[in-house]
Amino acid sequence: MKDIKRAILVLLVFTILLGIVYPLAVTGAAMILFPKQAAGSLIYKDNGTAAGSWLIGQSFTDPKYFWPRPSATADFEYNPLASGGSNLGPTNLVMIENVRKRVKVLRDSGIKGSVPVDLVTTSSSGLDPHLTPQAAFAQVPRVAKSRNIPEEELKSLVMSQVEKRQFGFLGAERVNVLKLNFAMDEVEK
Amino acid sequence: MLPADVLIDSAQILALLALITLLTKPLGGYMAKVYLGERTLLSPLLSPVERTIYRLAGIDEKAEMGWKQYAIAMLLFNMFGILLLYSILLLQGGLPFNPQKFPGFSWHLALNTAVSFVTNTNWQAYSGESAASYFTQAAGLAVQNFLSSATGMAVMIALIRGFSRRMAENIGNFWADLTRGALYILLPIALAAALLLVSQGVIQNFSPYLKTTLLQPIAGPGGRIIAEQTLPMGPVASQEAIKELGTNGGGFFNANSSHPYENPTPFTNAFEIFLILLIPAALTNTFGRMCKSQRDGWAIYATMMFLLVIAVGALYMAELGGNPLLALQGPNMEGKDVRFGLGGSALFSATTTATSCGAVNTMHDSLTPLGGMVPLLLMLLGEVVFGGVGSGLYTMLAFVVIAVFTAGLMIGRTPEYLGKKIEITEMWTSVITVFTAGILILILDSIALVTTAGTGSILNPGAHGLSEILYAFASPSNNNGSAFAGLNANTVFYNVLLSVAMLGGRFIPAVAVLWMAGSLVRKKYIPPSVGTLPTDGLFIAWLAAVILIVGALTFFPALSLGPIVEHMIMSGGY
Repeated sequence: MKDIKRAILVLLVFTILLGIVYPLAVTGAAMILFPKQAAGSLIYKDNGTAAGSWLIGQSFTDPKYFWPRPSATADFEYNPLASGGSNLGPTNLVMIENVRKRVKVLRDSGIKGSVPVDLVTTSSSGLDPHLTPQAAFAQVPRVAKSRNIPEEELKSLVMSQVEKRQFGFLGAERVNVLKLNFAMDEVEK
Repeated sequence: MLPADVLIDSAQILALLALITLLTKPLGGYMAKVYLGERTLLSPLLSPVERTIYRLAGIDEKAEMGWKQYAIAMLLFNMFGILLLYSILLLQGGLPFNPQKFPGFSWHLALNTAVSFVTNTNWQAYSGESAASYFTQAAGLAVQNFLSSATGMAVMIALIRGFSRRMAENIGNFWADLTRGALYILLPIALAAALLLVSQGVIQNFSPYLKTTLLQPIAGPGGRIIAEQTLPMGPVASQEAIKELGTNGGGFFNANSSHPYENPTPFTNAFEIFLILLIPAALTNTFGRMCKSQRDGWAIYATMMFLLVIAVGALYMAELGGNPLLALQGPNMEGKDVRFGLGGSALFSATTTATSCGAVNTMHDSLTPLGGMVPLLLMLLGEVVFGGVGSGLYTMLAFVVIAVFTAGLMIGRTPEYLGKKIEITEMWTSVITVFTAGILILILDSIALVTTAGTGSILNPGAHGLSEILYAFASPSNNNGSAFAGLNANTVFYNVLLSVAMLGGRFIPAVAVLWMAGSLVRKKYIPPSVGTLPTDGLFIAWLAAVILIVGALTFFPALSLGPIVEHMIMSGGY
């Protein structure tokens, strides 16, 4: 019987320590040490309004922007309130048909050569902010044409946006689509 | 992918596994000290807190318990844990720190979620960003992330005492083991890890969700224009750290560890994998030390690492091959985020299912058939390839007992392990520990497959649908919690049935292990002789074989109808 009382008391003490003190301590320390990261790596425009987060992808359909990967989030693509993947299996005909349609859209937009596989498949998070460098470079002709700028100029901009593997060996080389599109708009100004 | 990419991916995988190996001994030693009640580096800071907890709860930490009392204390504590969490989930709507005004969970979802987090499973039939308040996440779910792993370690330590003590009655004090594990091991590492995660971009705040304007407005469903996106917020880092460290795996957000706010960079990805493996690996050394035979700890470590490396390699190769049905060059990228790379995705998927973590950075439902069979098989083997914090090692020791016994029978040696004779009680309890999950899976799976309530939730048709249901029971029964997430599991049918699977899969083995500890602790020590079966060297291969044979015999029929048939469809075409 004594153990019933102990069980309840230990549970309550730990709920306060681990459920209230611990997260508040981490929040306090994070706000002092890494305030920007703790708040969500937000992008602020000149007028002070928030324009998204560098970490969270956004959807782009205009030919003058680089297009991100397709996203399987509910309601609309890159909906941060519904993160997640398509969960479609590798032999599911819906998935195969989706990919076929996306390849066609890219071909119609002028992409030649082999289609980068990340550009026609949905990510795990549905919010993937990145493309492989190949998928970014493949879009250079379309974007250059619609912005009326030389391809070479745009290529070097993309090149400058390629993030290397972290510490040389972690993860993959990638391009943050949102950063790239922001950078283009900056240049245009 | 170029051959150079494959090499760099391999380097990342090997570097991480080497780092874990390096830390196994120092952390294992530290944990042994903690559970032996010796002074450690953190004692000046934490022992006042520890003593305060004992005083508040009326605990005499020196009062030892027999196995039955230990088991009752453990069960009571977990029962009240479920009750408290269940109440928090039901009453969420009226509780503080709920800026999005989320209502309470339905009774069956609350039941499923409460059982899930208390059993260290973290199966999630809800989606965090659209259902759980900050109070629920931090004061409900994350608390159980700590306490369920501390419970797993306590049971493990009790079993160690069964081996290390001679002709004794008691196996330790549950309250002291629980408190020490949470306070000296989990809390300090989680605290440091959380801050490191924030430094990379994992969020940590209590702000309401934030509306931001999109760079380019897009067309939404029904022709409406979407010009804004709403960013979810919350105390993510504090929860992320313990979610991985305690092999819990419950994501703050629906996308779990693929969400950029949970896992923003390749470094956080590697670090999260590191946290998942850290304690389960080091516990093998704690075990060896406390039993005065570090060699036996390393033998178990080697068996686990061997199986993990094979699993990672198989998964990586399967995904590297891509999906021939798409007629595109490149690896399978459906359900993967770019920043992790194939190496970071494959290692995460294998690690999270080899251990009973269940966090995901890749959608397992979209893996290639053979790639998806790896996580499935790792769970079906009983979560012994490092496994859950505490639970992985005690399940592995049940396998060791079975391996020692069968080898002893075959070559005519007396079955004994660490100087303790293996007899009928040890065999019974080991068989219960090893087979509970398998029996639960096969029975519950069959129920789901012959009822419309079961099959109605399938997303992917054909052989893949069978894999979805098999995965849905393999994961909770082994307290993993990852999913072939296409299956719609938030129904009364699945919520209730999976609660049964999680409870049975957690507490039947845990009590059996304590029973074994109670039996072992009474035995006298038999010094090794020429008749003793050596439990290192060749024994490692034998142990791995026993694990694989048991797993294969139990599940080969199901696996051949699911992933293997699907692989043939994928490679042969429709």
